[in-house]
Amino acid sequence: MTQPTKNILIVGVGGQGTLLTSRILARVAINLGYDVKATEVHGMAQRGGSVVSEVRYGEKIYSPVIKKGDADVILAFEKLEAARWIPYLKPGGKVIINDERVDPLPVMTGKAQYPDDIAEHIASLIPDTTILDATNIAVQCGSAKAANVVLVGILAGGLGLPEQEVEKAVREMVPAKALDINIKAYHKGLELAGKTA
Amino acid sequence: MKQLMSGNEGIARGAYEAGVTVAAAYPGTPSTEIVTNLANCPGVYAEWSPNEKVALEVAMGASFGGARSLAAMKHVGLNVAADPLFTFAYTGVNGGCVIVSADDPGMHSSQNEQDNRGYGKFAKIPVIEPSDSQEAKDYTRLAFEISERFDTPVMVRVTTRLCHSQSMVALGEVAAVPLKEYKKNSSKYVMLPVNARPRHVEVEKRMLQLKNYTEETRLNRIEWGDKSLGVITSGMVYQYLKEVLPGISVLKLGLTNPLPEKLIRSFASQVDRLVVLEELEPVIETQVKAWGIPVEGKELFSLIGEYSPELIEAVLSEPVNREKIALQREIPPRPPLLCPGCPHRGVFNTLRGLRVAVIGDIGCYTLGALPPLDAMDTMVDMGAAIGNALGIQKARGEEFARRSVSVIGDSTFVHSGITGLIDVVYNQGQTTVIILDNSTTAMTGHQEHPATGRNIKGEPAAKLDLEALCRAIGINHVQVVDPLNIDLLKQTVKTELERPEPSVIIARRPCALLVKEPAAVKYYVDKEICNGCRLCIRLGCTGIKWKEDERIAEFNNDVCVACGLCPQICKFDAIKKMGE
Repeated sequence: MTQPTKNILIVGVGGQGTLLTSRILARVAINLGYDVKATEVHGMAQRGGSVVSEVRYGEKIYSPVIKKGDADVILAFEKLEAARWIPYLKPGGKVIINDERVDPLPVMTGKAQYPDDIAEHIASLIPDTTILDATNIAVQCGSAKAANVVLVGILAGGLGLPEQEVEKAVREMVPAKALDINIKAYHKGLELAGKTA
Repeated sequence: MKQLMSGNEGIARGAYEAGVTVAAAYPGTPSTEIVTNLANCPGVYAEWSPNEKVALEVAMGASFGGARSLAAMKHVGLNVAADPLFTFAYTGVNGGCVIVSADDPGMHSSQNEQDNRGYGKFAKIPVIEPSDSQEAKDYTRLAFEISERFDTPVMVRVTTRLCHSQSMVALGEVAAVPLKEYKKNSSKYVMLPVNARPRHVEVEKRMLQLKNYTEETRLNRIEWGDKSLGVITSGMVYQYLKEVLPGISVLKLGLTNPLPEKLIRSFASQVDRLVVLEELEPVIETQVKAWGIPVEGKELFSLIGEYSPELIEAVLSEPVNREKIALQREIPPRPPLLCPGCPHRGVFNTLRGLRVAVIGDIGCYTLGALPPLDAMDTMVDMGAAIGNALGIQKARGEEFARRSVSVIGDSTFVHSGITGLIDVVYNQGQTTVIILDNSTTAMTGHQEHPATGRNIKGEPAAKLDLEALCRAIGINHVQVVDPLNIDLLKQTVKTELERPEPSVIIARRPCALLVKEPAAVKYYVDKEICNGCRLCIRLGCTGIKWKEDERIAEFNNDVCVACGLCPQICKFDAIKKMGE
């Protein structure tokens, strides 16, 4: 319980399902007895815009919002969004990037360029960067929809959260009919976290 | 056992614990989930009202009837409900009544960032400001007691960050509050001048009583620390302050109208430097200054935009020099946009092509104002599209009326477009009004409304017939078209614009997010035919993108829902169905 506060930023594109991941993480932290605060985006930005969920846990949490330069982990569902939120990362912090590209409108219309090597560029500047193709891993587990639970696994591994507690939270929070696939996806993520730690 | 709840869930739970039995709202970010949650509480009647004025009147009526009641709205919703609010302050309550105002500093999803604590002062009602979900619950519950004890409606003022952040809440017991007796009392509830005059006297008496109460209530508290700096604060920014400066002295105000003069004077006299930290207007600061107490406030903190912990840290403590990670890449912005398959896209593309002025309104479809569609001239408030269109056409004459349209969503039309349309007919306007009917209140997360035929619980309800309503108002030409049938839509708009009388075009197709069936076909771009004219790209749809190296369009089949709009737009028939 004397562990310092952990700040986790989960970023992506509206509609990618970042909320389930942040809610599973918050549930785990509660079950472990921590004080937890989280914040998320609703309304207009949800329509395909850049979205962020923030989860903070520790002994006593005041602000639900993470300060710039204070995030222990940035978990990005999309590469460009990882780059957008990098200023929030703590020196020595961890970046987990799902190797997925979703072109924003200015790129789709040819008004701006998508920096093709963005994930590798981040990795070149931040030593603790993990790049993985969560969608592909999820497909191997049975459904592309389980990509966010693959990311839960790699995040839980990276944060050193107790395996059983996280699995319990996954069981509580994913739809029953997709449980087997999601548990598989979670363990696959956890395995990857072990390899990259 | 504590549980994680959003601020909105906390407010709903607090109201439920206080024995609320009637709750009403019109959806509006960030307030929407308050009444959604109350709708799931046993024994609570909850409704989506057509607008905030009606919602407040329903809650007020329930209060007169002896029940505890609640009306919730976003900050601009209270502008709509301001008429009942000010006189409700005169009548006072029977059952306790709480009005939740959810303000949006930073304008995450709003057209302005007004600070509704101003309304509390103006209308002379108590204003309560929680700073986390536990307080949202506890203070809302207490607000009902204050409402009944002082015979007044009470405002609970929250902000987006509180509404949509989650923190731990210990639940309380649900109180069994019996319905109060209803007795006719016209001198209290019929606000004829003869009754309103003595009621105003009661309002002023009540404010004096509340001034005593605010000195002693547990809603206002001092947390002593280092006395070289004392900060008076309220709401979410209290949490940011504790995060960055845990050691200083804080006067945390939970009841900000009326303010506790003695408590503030006492606090001020014991600290070396006094600062007010409040989001956004100088409501507390102005009063403290009026009492002649030296204080700093808006010379330090902005009147504009949402605050953050780092902003407070930068102003009140030593700047923290953090190592900055500088990426050597341009990061293109990612603005929100209309979804793939959105029926509104067909309308805005057509209107852009016709080069007409588009007098707009509030909803998802306001995104049609953004590039590349760039098809909206004005957007101000709920229902404004119709009155604004009539006004601009009266100012500029008939020729302009034939080159301008009013566009308004179905939910927005019911909210406050109907009276505008009556004005158009009554005053011989010739406005063409396009009702973008996607059969839901989409932007706030798909709530029902009177024209969807379902109530807040999704149960069947009386369905407002928009065509019949428009005809009854006196519109002789009401056309219903599919907004994704581009030729018909374009022809209909042209025909109705030419008419020297008003008309309504209902562009009807359900919101793309409500369509659950997978796309029946997939499209591809025939590379031999596509000449890179970019007409399809200018639809601003994530389902089709520009391929720079080949200078042609290409489908993004992961997100394309095969709505069939771009094949109709392509002049060269380069977009083809797979397998054909």
